[in-house]
Amino acid sequence: MRSLSAPREITDIGPGELAHRAGALLREGHRLALVAAHHDDEGAPGGRAVRVVYLFVAGPPDVRTELHVRLDPEHPEVPSLAPLSFPAGRFEREMRDLHGVVPLDHPLPRRLVRHFHWPKGWYPMCPDAGPPPEFGEPEGPYPFLEVEGDGVYEIPVGPVHAGLIEPGHFRFSVVGETILKLKARLWFVHKGIEKLFQGRDLAGGLALAERISGDTAVGHALAYCLAVEEAVGIRAPRAAQRARALLLELERLHNHVADLGALCNDVGHSVLNSQALRVRETLLRLNQQVTGHRLLRGAVLPGGARLRAVPEPARMRAIRNDIREIADLALGHGGVRDRFTGTARLPAQAARDLGCLGCVARASGLPADARTDHPFHEEAAPPAVPVHSAGDVLARFLVRAEEIDASVDVIVHLSAGLHPGLSVHDPYPGGARPAGSGVGIVEGWRGAITTRAEVAVDGTLTRVKPVDPSFFNWPALPVALADTIVPDFPLTNKSFNLSYAGNDL
Amino acid sequence: MSGPGIAAVAAQVAVVTAGAPLLAGLMRQVRARLEGRAGAGIAQPWRDLRKLLRKEPITPVGTGPAFRAAPALLVATTAVTAALVPFLSTDTPVGRNADVILVVALLALGTVALALAGLDSGTAFGGMGASREMTIAALVEPTILLAVFALSIPARSTNLPAIVAGAVEQPARLASPAGLLATAALAVAVLAETGRLPVDNPATHLELTMVHEAMVLEYAGPDLALVELGAQMRLTVLLGLLTSVFAPWGIATGPSWAALAVALAVFVAKTALLGAALAAGEVFWAKLRLFRVPELLAGSFLLALLAVTASYFLSGE
Repeated sequence: MRSLSAPREITDIGPGELAHRAGALLREGHRLALVAAHHDDEGAPGGRAVRVVYLFVAGPPDVRTELHVRLDPEHPEVPSLAPLSFPAGRFEREMRDLHGVVPLDHPLPRRLVRHFHWPKGWYPMCPDAGPPPEFGEPEGPYPFLEVEGDGVYEIPVGPVHAGLIEPGHFRFSVVGETILKLKARLWFVHKGIEKLFQGRDLAGGLALAERISGDTAVGHALAYCLAVEEAVGIRAPRAAQRARALLLELERLHNHVADLGALCNDVGHSVLNSQALRVRETLLRLNQQVTGHRLLRGAVLPGGARLRAVPEPARMRAIRNDIREIADLALGHGGVRDRFTGTARLPAQAARDLGCLGCVARASGLPADARTDHPFHEEAAPPAVPVHSAGDVLARFLVRAEEIDASVDVIVHLSAGLHPGLSVHDPYPGGARPAGSGVGIVEGWRGAITTRAEVAVDGTLTRVKPVDPSFFNWPALPVALADTIVPDFPLTNKSFNLSYAGNDL
Repeated sequence: MSGPGIAAVAAQVAVVTAGAPLLAGLMRQVRARLEGRAGAGIAQPWRDLRKLLRKEPITPVGTGPAFRAAPALLVATTAVTAALVPFLSTDTPVGRNADVILVVALLALGTVALALAGLDSGTAFGGMGASREMTIAALVEPTILLAVFALSIPARSTNLPAIVAGAVEQPARLASPAGLLATAALAVAVLAETGRLPVDNPATHLELTMVHEAMVLEYAGPDLALVELGAQMRLTVLLGLLTSVFAPWGIATGPSWAALAVALAVFVAKTALLGAALAAGEVFWAKLRLFRVPELLAGSFLLALLAVTASYFLSGE
């Protein structure tokens, strides 16, 4: 049923084969996009088991390979892939904390999601977990690594910050002003999104997907819709796919503009921030006209899309020129450019090893972009994806500025063939409700969002696993900050601009 | 002891104390308008102070006398400085004691008091802010001293009223290379001392980049009001010092009520103009990387040193 991408290749394997098969896929150039555990009951095709799905993807051409491993439901244990892939190690730690699946011989078997006060032995994703119990007996100490030496001191920051930003705790080990080590502790806003998806119908799941990360409503909604459409075996109309590609670029625009302004603001050049916020406001009002919602909610639907208006090309070009002028003023300002240049370099090798995605990866020389690697519409991608290799704040600024240019070109091109109105295919034509699984991969403005969904015969969602690019990019922040000075941290953090809500789920 | 002389000292302290929040409000308003925002109005800092003064005093657990004394000490030293520096009249009862070294020492005392309070709070931010503030202060204080010394050479005195009175009589001194170099050096030092861009960003909410704000993060209520008022008064005093030393026109040199009234109006206008110009300039600057700040301050110190040298050689000694 897919128009562009190849169907997924699903292989059931035993735990013993996992490392061998995964290693072969990674060597062939696949990346691990998602790991999700499923608690199958007796009615499932393979009987009662903990089924762990490893999704490997590569592109172009779009290749998606799933390895399914069935584990003993009483004592789920799986050989660790952490020595092969850094993201795999983090997925395994997440799976251990939420499902109780133990990764064997994990090199870093520490907690990831579970905070200190989570009750011992309570795994929220297990079918028999029940409602969250009272905070109880903590599961052992949860210390930070202490850096010792002459003049080393610690700066604890957060989780409550001075600005309107999300909660995360950062522990800096510093000598003088130079950062020796940074540990970011997240998951303060773990809301149990994956659990909340279970049992919803397709429309109910959409409302949740749009709210995974408020600034990525289209990205997450689209990845969700592509996944459930594949699961129930339908395809959105071509006009709807075109409209979705347009909405995705509109979302990229308003977020990237805000980032350009915020980067200027963080070096004290607030007049450019005021101007960038003015442009963002015009974009949000345009979003309101196009979708009825300033943050583009409600436009992407399972089976299609709905546009209230189509952006005018002349207006988009005017906005682009406005943004170009702001970016040029920032880059032409000696003080601003000096602060950006060489600050917090993320080397290409580190970005590759950590599995970085999106504009962070493209600023470090990795041309990963799901619009070309995993296209859902052949005209969704710009002719050339901007890539810079320096890996510093300047490169991340430039990638965003150039992506805005490219996005406007895509919007102008796509809007030519679009008309306002609803374009949707019924998810259940003829009333038949097939069960199945599906995967959606979308280049959100932060990077590739992967969502895997399983739908039951009664039309409810049994399991949805969204993966925000922030999950891959967060570990890169401390790496980029090594040997950077403390006052440059806020600037660096802003240049990554990762989602807490999307990471914590 | 003349009536106008005593009135001048009282008026200097009163106008600096009452006008400092208004100056801060004016600068924020100028900045807001230039950035296309409406702004909160010139009186907003006064409203903030009133709000803070009405709150209950809170002291963090474990803090000692350094933390409690610092806000009062900061305001007191600045008020004394405001009395000493000849903003309105060079002919005041305290004029004989208004030595440059004393003025710089009083300002430094306020800085050190706040830095000690930052350390006393025992938080990472207090210590970090204090460390940064001391790094900057160590470079700023000598620059202020040297810049004013350059002007004291032609006046043959380190007494501020004597320097200012001499400049009023002989404006050519200010247009000399020494005067211009010293102006530039002192202007940079004032930016650093008052925590303005490009050295510190008074508007930031990013605690890791703060210098002055990081030291005072633990203050709340009336103590915070004093710290804020003290910082605003320091800004007013330093901008006033800059105008008095390098644009001394309008300052009364004798015991005359009329001259005092004119001096008051001229001082307010000059300081407001300089503050507005500084705020307008800040819109177009970006904050320097912290490790670049010493380079900037070393440069301003060099200017001050050149000013002293030029003043020494060009005065024909």
